[in-house]
Amino acid sequence: MRNKRGWFAFPYVIWMALFVVIPIVIMLVYSLTVPVETAAGEAAQGSLENFTGMTLYASVFGRSFLLALVATLICLLIGYPVAYLMSREGPGFQRVAMALIMLPMWMNFLLRTYSWMAILENNGLLNQLFQKLGVISLYNRLTGSDIDHFKLLRTSGAVVLGMVYNYLPFMILPIYTVLTKLDPRLIEAAQDLGADAPTVFRRVTLPLSLSGIISGVTMVFVPSVSTFAISRLLGGGSQMMLGDLIENQFLGGAYNPHLGAAISMVMMVIVVICMLVMNHFGDGEGEAVML
Amino acid sequence: MSKELIRLKNVTQKFDGETVLDNVNIYFNDSEFLTLLGPSGCGKTTMLRIIGGFQTPTSGDVCFDGVRINDLPPYKRKINTVFQKYALFPHLNVYDNVAFGLRIPKEAEDGTKTKLPKDEIDRRVREMLDVVSLKGFEHRSIASLSGGQQQRVAIARALVNRPRVLLLDEPLGALDMRLRKDMQQELKRIQQRLGITFINVTHDQEEALAMSDTVVVINEGVIQQIGTPEDIYNEPKNAFVADFIGESNIVDGIMREDRVVEIFNRRFACLDGGFEKDEPVDVVIRPEDVDIVSEAEGQLRGVVTSVTFKGVHYDTIVDFYGFKWLIQTTDYCPVDSHIGIRIDPDGFHVMKKSKYSGMFGDYSSYSEEYDEINDPSRSAAEEAEGAEDEE
Repeated sequence: MRNKRGWFAFPYVIWMALFVVIPIVIMLVYSLTVPVETAAGEAAQGSLENFTGMTLYASVFGRSFLLALVATLICLLIGYPVAYLMSREGPGFQRVAMALIMLPMWMNFLLRTYSWMAILENNGLLNQLFQKLGVISLYNRLTGSDIDHFKLLRTSGAVVLGMVYNYLPFMILPIYTVLTKLDPRLIEAAQDLGADAPTVFRRVTLPLSLSGIISGVTMVFVPSVSTFAISRLLGGGSQMMLGDLIENQFLGGAYNPHLGAAISMVMMVIVVICMLVMNHFGDGEGEAVML
Repeated sequence: MSKELIRLKNVTQKFDGETVLDNVNIYFNDSEFLTLLGPSGCGKTTMLRIIGGFQTPTSGDVCFDGVRINDLPPYKRKINTVFQKYALFPHLNVYDNVAFGLRIPKEAEDGTKTKLPKDEIDRRVREMLDVVSLKGFEHRSIASLSGGQQQRVAIARALVNRPRVLLLDEPLGALDMRLRKDMQQELKRIQQRLGITFINVTHDQEEALAMSDTVVVINEGVIQQIGTPEDIYNEPKNAFVADFIGESNIVDGIMREDRVVEIFNRRFACLDGGFEKDEPVDVVIRPEDVDIVSEAEGQLRGVVTSVTFKGVHYDTIVDFYGFKWLIQTTDYCPVDSHIGIRIDPDGFHVMKKSKYSGMFGDYSSYSEEYDEINDPSRSAAEEAEGAEDEE
C-alpha cells in the first residue's frame, strides 16, 4: 500500500530535485569556486576566497538582519492585536476586515513602494502636510535649527516602514487563523479556574497562538532579510541590504556570481539557524510550519 | 441539616427575544448531588452557565451564601466547572492542567495577592490525581489520554481548587456506556468523599436517577419537578416528567372519587386521592407494573401487536381498544395473541391535567417503528424462547 501510493509523490520528487536541490547544489559549487584566466579561456577553481573575503560586507549583513528584525517586531506588535480583535468580531466584520487587509496585496508591489516614495519625499505629501500644520516651524523654534523639510526618504526608518507595510498581512493572517480556531471554552475554563483577563491571555491565549506567531514571524522575517527593491527605493542606496548586494553581484556593476552565491549561502544558513531557534521556542506545534 | 448555598430568584434568560429560562426559582443545598435533567435545548446548560458566571441573566438574582453575585465574574466565584468535552489545555500536560488554578495568585479581601508555595501546589495536585486515580500520569500530554482519563483530569483540575460547588456540564456525554456506568459510581464516590455540592447537567435520565440526591426536571425553560429520584420516578407531576423519566403509558382518565379512577370506562382501585369528584386526569401506568394474565382473568383485554426481546424482559406492545401500551414482562406472548392484564392499585399514578396532556405516553407510533425493524429482533426473541423450552 505504502509503495503504491509512493508513486504519486514521484512528480513532486522530480520537481523538488529540478528546482530546489539542483539549484542549491549549483549555488554551492559557485560559492566554493573563483574564476581564473587560463589559456582556454575562463575556468573555475576551487577556493574559499568568497567566504573569507565576506567580512567586508559585515555591515550589510548586520544592517539587513537588524532592519528585518525591527520590521518583524513592529509587524508582530501591530499584527497580533489586529488579529486578536478581528477574531473576536462577528463573521461579517471579519470578512470585510480580511478583504481590507488583503486588498493592498493584490496591487503591484512596486506601485505600492513607489507610492511611499511620493509620500516620503522631501517635498512629498507628508512634508507638505507638516509644513501646512506648522510642525516644521515648531520643530525649528524648539531646536533652533533651520530646515524646510524632514528627511524621511533614504533613511533606515523608511526601509522598515516599507517592509512593515508590505509584509504586515503575512503576520496578521497566520495569527488570525490560529486565534479563530481557539476553542472559546478554553478561555472560559481558565476564567473558571480563577484567571482574570490578563492571566487568561498570558497563560492560555498567547501560548496557544504561538504557532501562528512563529509562522507569521517566519513569513515576515525571511522576505525582509532578503528584500532589495524596498531598500533601494526607500533607502535610496544609503541603506544597502543583502538583497541589493546579491543583486549587484549578478546583474549590477560588481558582476561576480561566485561571490553572490556565497553571500546567498551564508544568508540562507543564518536564516535557517534563526528559524531553528524560533521553532525551539515553539515546541512541537510550530515545527510543522517551517521544517 | 443541609443548608442553602445557591439560590436563583425569578431568573429569566432571553437570547434574541427567545426565552430560554422563564422565571426560574430554585435553591441548591450545601453538599448535595443535584442533577438538572431535561431534553436538549431546555435551558439546563444555560442555568449552569448562569451559576458559573459565564452568563448574566436577563432578569432575576443569583445568590451565593446569601450574597447577590450577578455581577461577580467567573474567576471570583468559589465555583468550578467540568466542561462539556472537558476543555483541557492542550499546551499543558496533566500535572500543569491540574495545577493551573493553584498557580494563579489569589486576591484576598483587602486586595493583596498571595501565591501558594510550590510544595503545597505539588502536594495538592498529587493528592487530587490520587483521588481521581491518575497517579503516574503527571507528565502525559492531554492528547495521549483516553476520553475517560481526560474526564478525570477535568474533574481533578476543577476540584483541586477546593470549590464550594462543582458544576458538571454533561460530564459523561462523550464516554461509552460501560465507562459511563463506572464514572457514575466514581463521581458519586468523589462527591461523598469531599462533601461538596455537585450540580450536574444531563439529558440522560438513567444517569440522573443513579447519581443524584435531588433531580430537577426542566423543559422549555421551566422547572417541571424537583424531587428525589424515587419521587420523580414514582410520583411524576405531569405527563412530560412521566414520559421523560422511564417509559410510561399515559391515558386519559376520570377521578370518580378518592382511590377510584376510571379509564376505558372501567373503574380501578388506586392509591391517589385529593382530586375533585369526576375531575379529568392523566393516568400513568409504568410498563413494569402491568401483569399479563389470561384473557378471562384480565381487567382489560387486548391484542399483542409487537414483541421485542430486551434481555431481562420483553417489550410487548399491546393494543387496547385502539390505544397501544408498552408492557415490560418476562412472559413471552406471541404477536396477535389475545391477552388480559391486571394492574395493582399501586400501579396507577394519577396526575392533574397539564399542558403536556395528550402529548406523551402513546406507543402507537413506537410500535409502527418497531414493525419496520422488528424482523431480526423477533427472530432473536423466538430463539431465546426456543432455548427456554429446551431447558
